[in-house]
Amino acid sequence: MLRTYIRVLLLALLAGFSAPALQAQSLQDLSLQDALQIDAGAFASPSRRTVGATITALIETGHAQVPLFLQHWQAKELWQRDADGLFFYVTGDGPYQLIDIVTGEPVGTAEKSELSQIKPNAGVRRVIGAALVRFLLLDPALESRIAAVEAIERSPEAGHLEPLRASIAAEQDAALRARKTRLERIVTARFGTDPVARLNAIDDLAGDVSLDVRGVLSQILDADDGVATSLPEGVNIAQIRNPEAGYEELIEAGLAPAPVTRATIRAALEANITGETVGGVPVAELGTDEARATAYAALASQGLAPPQLTNAQRAAAVEAHVFYSLYSEPDAAITDAARAVREAIEDRVGWFQLGDLTLDGLSLASIYFLAAIGLAITFGVMGVINMAHGEFIMMGAYTGYVVQQYIPNYTVSILVALPLAFAVTFAAGVAMERLVIRWLYHRPLETLLATFGISIALQQLAKNIFGTQARPLTSPGWLDGAWVLNDVVSISYIRIAIFVLALICLAFLLFVLNRTRLGLEVRAVTQNPGMAASMGINPDKINMLTFGLGSGIAGIAGVAIGLYAKVTSELGADYIVQSFMTVVVGGVGNVWGALAGASLIGFLQKGIEWFNPSNTLAAQTYMILFIILFIQFRPKGIVALKGRAAGD
Amino acid sequence: MKNTFIMRNPSVMWFLLGLALFTLAVTLLSEATGNGYISTSFVKTLGKTLCLCLIAVAMDVVWGYCGILSLGHFAFFGIGGYAVGMWLMYARTHSIVVTSLAGQPLPATPQEISDAIGTQIFGVVGSSDFPTIWAFADSLTLQLLAVIIVPGLLALVFGWLAFRSRVTGVYLSILTQAMTLALSLYLFQNDSGLRGNNGLSGLQNIPGLEHLGQDVISIWFFWASALGLGLGYLLFAWVTSGQMGSAIRAIRDDEARVRFLGYHVESYKLFVFTLTAVIAGLAGALYYPQAGIINPAEIAPIASIYLAVWVAIGGRGRLYGAVIGAAFVSLLSSWFTGGSAPDVNLGFYLIKWTDWWLVLLGMTFVCVTLFFPKGIGGLFDYLVRKPAADRTGDFGPDAGSWRQKEGAP
Repeated sequence: MLRTYIRVLLLALLAGFSAPALQAQSLQDLSLQDALQIDAGAFASPSRRTVGATITALIETGHAQVPLFLQHWQAKELWQRDADGLFFYVTGDGPYQLIDIVTGEPVGTAEKSELSQIKPNAGVRRVIGAALVRFLLLDPALESRIAAVEAIERSPEAGHLEPLRASIAAEQDAALRARKTRLERIVTARFGTDPVARLNAIDDLAGDVSLDVRGVLSQILDADDGVATSLPEGVNIAQIRNPEAGYEELIEAGLAPAPVTRATIRAALEANITGETVGGVPVAELGTDEARATAYAALASQGLAPPQLTNAQRAAAVEAHVFYSLYSEPDAAITDAARAVREAIEDRVGWFQLGDLTLDGLSLASIYFLAAIGLAITFGVMGVINMAHGEFIMMGAYTGYVVQQYIPNYTVSILVALPLAFAVTFAAGVAMERLVIRWLYHRPLETLLATFGISIALQQLAKNIFGTQARPLTSPGWLDGAWVLNDVVSISYIRIAIFVLALICLAFLLFVLNRTRLGLEVRAVTQNPGMAASMGINPDKINMLTFGLGSGIAGIAGVAIGLYAKVTSELGADYIVQSFMTVVVGGVGNVWGALAGASLIGFLQKGIEWFNPSNTLAAQTYMILFIILFIQFRPKGIVALKGRAAGD
Repeated sequence: MKNTFIMRNPSVMWFLLGLALFTLAVTLLSEATGNGYISTSFVKTLGKTLCLCLIAVAMDVVWGYCGILSLGHFAFFGIGGYAVGMWLMYARTHSIVVTSLAGQPLPATPQEISDAIGTQIFGVVGSSDFPTIWAFADSLTLQLLAVIIVPGLLALVFGWLAFRSRVTGVYLSILTQAMTLALSLYLFQNDSGLRGNNGLSGLQNIPGLEHLGQDVISIWFFWASALGLGLGYLLFAWVTSGQMGSAIRAIRDDEARVRFLGYHVESYKLFVFTLTAVIAGLAGALYYPQAGIINPAEIAPIASIYLAVWVAIGGRGRLYGAVIGAAFVSLLSSWFTGGSAPDVNLGFYLIKWTDWWLVLLGMTFVCVTLFFPKGIGGLFDYLVRKPAADRTGDFGPDAGSWRQKEGAP
């Protein structure tokens, strides 16, 4: 160890730390290989403690090949020839091709047995990496500079600060320079040596909600809990804590004896059984806590066990100590500034989280809207509950899957799948209306059950045809990824697309219902079928078309849902209850009602999940309970039809 | 003698007679008390089927007689099962723990026993503390009371809220379905205190009766289920006959008219809803010790819909119809899905009933709804000449009320 130390010292001397300029000059005259050979051992088996000085000395030589050498050294690609101790880079397998570290030219071959690979440990490699950053930050290639900045962003260190500052002025790329400047502020705030500069840097971080800024602030504000008989002097106290588990903490800190628990009482009693009694109490009677306490007290008085502490004694012990937490940062001014900045940032993060939550709620609402709007139309216009609606959604998703089997281009296949899914489920809806539902008007409960029969049959059919495993419905490449505003707010493009699709469906439906002949007739039949019929409208035809329209939109919803969820035969069943809720909450027979219901349920579910993010099951439970209560106060839903349109 | 309840309702007598004969036959053929022609597991299946018949009768009263299509009665069934299952599991674990702790040098304290039971039962959901909901699990009496009180209270509160705000028809069906879904989702959580999706298991071992074989216990439970079905049938036959029965059926046919006649419709509906919920809970308490395991999936809304399917296929509005439907469909279902039904070779396609049974059931169900609204029970009308109903005209103008054709004898 001492020898290594002397060698490093020698190298440092040679490299010109305190040596005459002439000697440094002569070292620079040496080639890199020769400079390494002065203390080859320090490079062949570097130690974590000394490698820093070794590298500094090496960089001082100013050789152009140093960065490349450091890279190879770090990547375990440096080899030493056993015969003469020279260093080489190596390529090829079998007889290795040796490459000179100065010229970069091949200089011959060697067998593996003649060489030994140099494998610095992880700690050493980290030090080498830090040194490399200095070179990379000034590298002519933009990618290397970006990589270096990213490396610092991942794990900033005090050593990065100087090279980073030095590289900013020379940076040509404007975007990267802005990034470097920001990074410099972050690293200064954390590792700067001048308190004023640090305070300025911390102030400059205000309002930045990114994760790395928040991470640096919490590192600065890192505090450890402590306990002592009196508050320590001359340290940066974060706060005096109110001890909740005070006594346990005293035990952990070794400031109080462990309490006597049930387990220790039992162990002590078992260890001291003499004949048939323990502490004068017969063993057979030790089946209660009181008897055990008596026996234990007897043992304690004989000195066979530690005495039991009373609650008062424990409280007194807690009372006699002060509980605090201590910043690892000694300067109170810095922690105060950091805390103020962090509070401001937390506020902003809160607002952004609200925005993110709104986006999530909006996307969930648009999914529910798509799933429920078809149901709302059929329920509203015909008073028919279609339990097979979920299976129509599933049919739409499977249509998308089948289309993708024939059209490999995902963009085209989605564009084909959407109208095709509409057509398929439209046909299925019309067929169901003609064959079953037509015969059951005026008997809504039986419609519910008959359509349930169709639902289980369709579900099982899908299982028989497509199998039970999930089928993929792949979205086009341009829908991958997410729109990211900052580290808090982001939303995936698929969800945006579904939102847009929901808007299109909404506009389409509003157009059909309010601006076309069909819509006029549908509204007339909704309000009063008898009167509509006497005006020359055929209610049968309208019912059929309405049912088809509602089912067709379920098919479109199926394609949309299939894009982000796996397509299984239970896909529709997962949405059916939520769809019913949406219709019931929103109000029957009204597009706006379905929209209001979907928004309420979507935002509510996301809101409840936000309070308890780990538990979506509980969120759904509470939401359903809320809906049951909501129906109490608005039995007709949010948007209730009034007057004659309500039909009663 | 001529005007007794039974004589006025001959179908009740025939049903009870049939049930008694069936029970006697199974007793004589079982392993424990007869010649062993019927295996113990099949005795359990029959016992379970009787419990399903009991809840089907309850469902028939609430739907076929009162017109409330409840999609939540299996939730009450499950609650009854959980209530009795908690005691079964606690008591059995208690006896195991006491035995294992007896080997220690010191006699165990009550606290130690309770801790050990907690670890045994809740270890599977990563906990060892008893949730508050288990406070009475050590008392059979209290848990049996819970079988009645918890479903009853839940039905009372839910029904009061729903009927008070005049939620009817499909809205009510969807609300009851939502209640069921909420309950099953709640029970699926690990911190619900009822072991999450693991449910309660080992319920077939009755504490204190370990010395008896499962063959004896199964026939005891079979008898209990038969007795339960008989008493439940009598109770519901009594409720649906007489003046009260008329009022209940009138509510089904035209709620508004009954209200205008001065009856307090909500009270009648609430009474029927709560009473059937309590009976459903009792049926569950009889069912799950025979099934041996209960988990939240049993409570899922689909189970309650199947219950409606049984009643519809069996025939609504007649109690024996519900019994026939439940027994027929559930036994047939286990025969088809159990793989014992022979495959049908169509030449170009082999129909495996395990895959196609649900398709068949769904289609049958649609056909029954469309063409045979009276269900299987309607066949008895061909046997028994019923006096022509003294009714003319449509039964009611409201959507959901019976049409003339449907109500014709």
